[in-house]
Amino acid sequence: MTTALAIKNLHKVYGNGVEALKGISLSVEEGDFYALLGPNGAGKSTVIGILFSLINKTAGSVEVFGIDIDKNFPQAKKALGIVPQEFNFNMFERVFDIVVTQGGYYGLPQKLARERAENYLKELGLWEKRDSQARELSGGMKRRLMIARSLVHQPRLLVLDEPTAGVDIEMRRTMWDFLRSINAAGTTIILTTHYLDEAETLCRNIAIIDEGRIIQHSGIREFLQQLRTEKFILDLRQELPADFSPGFPCEVVDQHTLEVMVDKDQGLNALFRAISAEGLEVASMRNKSNRLEEMFVTLLADSADERADE
Amino acid sequence: MSNYEKWVAFCTILIKEVRRYLRIWPQTLLPPAITMTLYFVIFGTLIGSRIGEMGGFTYMQFVVPGLIMMSVVTNSYANLVSSFFGAKYGHSIEELLVSPTPGYVILAGFVTGSCSRGMLVALIVTTLSLMFAELQVQHLWLTLGIVLLTSILFSLFGFINAVFANNFDDISIIPTFVLTPLIYLGGVFYSLELLPDFWAGVSRLNPLVYVVNGFRYGVLGVSDVDVRFAFGMIFLFTVVAGTYSLHLLNTGKRLRQ
Repeated sequence: MTTALAIKNLHKVYGNGVEALKGISLSVEEGDFYALLGPNGAGKSTVIGILFSLINKTAGSVEVFGIDIDKNFPQAKKALGIVPQEFNFNMFERVFDIVVTQGGYYGLPQKLARERAENYLKELGLWEKRDSQARELSGGMKRRLMIARSLVHQPRLLVLDEPTAGVDIEMRRTMWDFLRSINAAGTTIILTTHYLDEAETLCRNIAIIDEGRIIQHSGIREFLQQLRTEKFILDLRQELPADFSPGFPCEVVDQHTLEVMVDKDQGLNALFRAISAEGLEVASMRNKSNRLEEMFVTLLADSADERADE
Repeated sequence: MSNYEKWVAFCTILIKEVRRYLRIWPQTLLPPAITMTLYFVIFGTLIGSRIGEMGGFTYMQFVVPGLIMMSVVTNSYANLVSSFFGAKYGHSIEELLVSPTPGYVILAGFVTGSCSRGMLVALIVTTLSLMFAELQVQHLWLTLGIVLLTSILFSLFGFINAVFANNFDDISIIPTFVLTPLIYLGGVFYSLELLPDFWAGVSRLNPLVYVVNGFRYGVLGVSDVDVRFAFGMIFLFTVVAGTYSLHLLNTGKRLRQ
């Protein structure tokens, strides 16, 4: 399988002396849906900035589909598309013109750029707004406009930097479906997001950056298998007895709600047996928090401890 | 990028630039027309009639070439500095920086866009001037060459200003405190022959003297300076400014972190 992105020992020291990246290495396979996660200021945007030539790297190498950006950046750029975190189009331009113009910057003939612009604006539900100035769009529409713009030259690798920030739930799900469809059609996607449910739902592989270092780089499934315990919230049809003890660490939230911590080795059958033995019926059950979120928080805490020990 | 793709990218930038200044024509094309008409009325008709001849021409005929060049200089400069700084300030310049378009194509697109505004304003002002003075161009190709080269030069200066500007104040400082005094002292309204030797010598350090006199020679056939030298100086400045602008774009100074 072709490697879409190979980053080796990437360093970045800004002019003010801040070392944003401390030797990051990662690789993303073609066709992957990849999550690049990390807390604010971890270095995610610096990695993306270097990838798109908005930030000059200090050391290390970056290859896009085997093309070294130091040797042939224009060729590498043709394979890249970006949806940045901040809106970066001219707010006074028409929606249609923004997308067509971007096609022109990639050398697309006007006719082809217009066809593709129409296609993507329709797919993203913006066709009706094609003659509006960008400033007249809602926040969610502006995000979708950036996605349409990033796709006009049909990049093989699309990088989305928090594409659903500030987007309502319904629109988020529509965008997820759209991203899944272009990934299924062959576009490799790298996603950074603070919504970890989004990463868990969409992505197959993951890298977590903290303080300029990669602290996790694996498949999401393998990563989640490291989760030792999970917290579940059970809604019960009957009132809980005062002395209820199912044999698991638990906390009574109210008379009908129980919060239970289940060890990975224990399984859930034993829990349900204990509850049934008390004559209780479970109406519904859910994770207390997103599993990826739990792992993410644990990992960052461990990373902070390691740094403190050093 | 193939040459065809580069050509498409160049045309895209150019069309975007032209569309931008045409969209806001009351701010870009109308003011020079009004300002220059006032100059023609006040300096040419009202005051000029009392001044008499200068360099063998009526005062109105004498000042027209300088006023046309003044429009070209200020509009070429203003177009690129405002357009590029606006794109930098609003981050829309990133659309171009992330694309494979080479730096020289980006620069050529922006400069050609600014030149087109400079030339369009020159055409408007020249047309208006014909209502006030009779002009017969003496050296057509030299006139066109000077006006084109001047427009390129001041577009490049505008680009350099935009790259280094941090805020909107920074893009008005140079036009207000450097460009305008140089234009006014560049022989637009008077001949250097009227100045004492010392000040005439000092004036020759002003690049606008060569721009104005080169153009005046093309139109009227008279000049205070050697026209070949004037053309050579404008050409030299253009090459230096162009090379430096390209260096700024390619290294990403003040554009990339």
